[in-house]
Amino acid sequence: MIPLRLSPAALAGFVAVALLPWLVRYAFAASEKYYLHLLVQILLWAFIYTGWSLMGRFGLTSLGHGAFTGIGAYVTVLLWNYGGISPWLGIPIAVLAATVVGVLVGYPCFRLRITGHYFALLTLALTEFVRLCIVGLRDYTGGSLGTQPTRHGDGISLTAMQFEPDRVLSFYIAFALWLFGLYVWRLVDRSMDRYALEAASQDEDAAASVGIDVTREKLKIIALSSAMCALGGAVFGQYQMYIGPDTIAGLGTSLNMVFAVVAGGIGVMLGPTVGAVFTQVLSEGLRVIIQNSATIKGLLGSAALALDSAIYGLLLILFIIYMPKGILGTLLDKRR
Amino acid sequence: MDCHLDVFFLEALLNGVLLAGLLALLALGLNLVFGVIDVVWICYAELVMVGMYGIHHAYKGGAPFLVAMAIGIVLVAAAAALLHLLVIRPVLETPPINQLLVTGGVLFFLQAAATMAFGVEFRNLGISLGSYNVLDMSFSRSRILSFGVALLGMLALWLFLKRTYLGTAIRAIAQDRQIMPLMGVDSKKIYLVTSAIGGGLAGLAAGLMVLNYDIYPQIGLQFGPLIFMICVLGGLGNMIGGFLAAFVISQFIAVGSSCFHTEWGYAVAFLFFMIAIFFRPQGLFGGKS
Repeated sequence: MIPLRLSPAALAGFVAVALLPWLVRYAFAASEKYYLHLLVQILLWAFIYTGWSLMGRFGLTSLGHGAFTGIGAYVTVLLWNYGGISPWLGIPIAVLAATVVGVLVGYPCFRLRITGHYFALLTLALTEFVRLCIVGLRDYTGGSLGTQPTRHGDGISLTAMQFEPDRVLSFYIAFALWLFGLYVWRLVDRSMDRYALEAASQDEDAAASVGIDVTREKLKIIALSSAMCALGGAVFGQYQMYIGPDTIAGLGTSLNMVFAVVAGGIGVMLGPTVGAVFTQVLSEGLRVIIQNSATIKGLLGSAALALDSAIYGLLLILFIIYMPKGILGTLLDKRR
Repeated sequence: MDCHLDVFFLEALLNGVLLAGLLALLALGLNLVFGVIDVVWICYAELVMVGMYGIHHAYKGGAPFLVAMAIGIVLVAAAAALLHLLVIRPVLETPPINQLLVTGGVLFFLQAAATMAFGVEFRNLGISLGSYNVLDMSFSRSRILSFGVALLGMLALWLFLKRTYLGTAIRAIAQDRQIMPLMGVDSKKIYLVTSAIGGGLAGLAAGLMVLNYDIYPQIGLQFGPLIFMICVLGGLGNMIGGFLAAFVISQFIAVGSSCFHTEWGYAVAFLFFMIAIFFRPQGLFGGKS
């Protein structure tokens, strides 16, 4: 274990984030719940995106992480709803299940050196497979309409890990998760595995020739990455109190992960977080602007609902062409 | 589960063959583009969707169906050429995965743009060609027509690639992207033409899709993963492999859907795909890796 040695600036930053609920309380007292909800979403997605970027930064572009978040969320909720198993036990089971799936798919991929396009398309198939299973098991999962964890009493429940009515509590849970994600990212960044994986992403043969067990290294990182995404998906389901194949599983979720990380910056610790802030603020901001603007509404009618996705898509194209290092990556480069 | 070797099973089997023709045509354009330019258009199915809307509007606007279909082909070919010029060309020299991701941005954009322009409701042309009934089996005529046209489209592409000068240049570029420009082949032009042809094939497929399926903005998500799977299973860039893979995959879907629920047919197809790739990473029918 590497001791946590925080620079004063980083410490100040974390304290500032931790104090955000107070800021919201005084600055936006009227819509405190809404802003806290936004913050919780950002932090939870930032955690999931960080999990994706663990392997994404080494050229392992997976479109399969929507499967891992889906497994995390669904296994947890189904165990609770049908087995009465508390998420305290259910989440570890779900995380383990996702990790096993990740390793099962990863092992042959890495042994056979399936990389690049092939890896992306193969993991895309995994996402589709898991989504179809969710839809197919509609008697339990509610099919494409999704399902809800059964409420355990009113309000907050420790046993059922239901904390959504208390937004401040939710914020600190998401905050803790996010810090944990950054810590894991840091651990990987400081480890020998990082250098091994970087070497392997440049040239597998050369890496193998200097004694790096490429398959093993890649398996370690996919296990870690899928576990994190499953944990994020599970907590996301507990917070939303709703899970649907399109909100927490499926190709859309996978693509969102990839794009948010690319937009934020793939090789830097806070890149995925910046990506989460950017995408959430963009979609929410556009939604608010559209709702309040009679001109846009008059011009587009109900079609305005898709405007944010259209702008999102355009921005992604521009980012990849003109700013492949993402927002944070480019800013850091400029400072140097 | 009620799966017996009876006439319904045979019906499912034969419908699977008909579906395969359409899927093979869909995979063909993507395979051509991948084989020549080495780019995967994640937004390929969305191009088909654009073509479907174009055909729908032309037809509802009064154009005869064949004219509407021609408009659709030209429209998608132009869209594909634009895609290449505006989006792919700037990232051609960057890591391959960037090219895949950038077309993912196009996917989001096209889907959202279609939702804004046409709304989320399902549309169809309202053309019904009826069906043939043989014994107790029924086959929709539009499916049979699609199958025939798909085969003709593939034959036309094959002749074009084998018999024309441009086709030969395209095949040459596909074999060696570094050397051929030195031999005087203008790779920029070839890439552009190939993209347009790939788009044209997507447009042709769109013309057949509108006869069989409802049009809605998310239709790409239903067909896209399937098309990628067929291409990879046949060996990316390998057109004959893709053609054969379409038959394998469509059997899973057709038979699976008739025996179980529709999703299970698809789910089993995806599972089979993953396992098959683990045994033959170069694709079921791929020779070269």
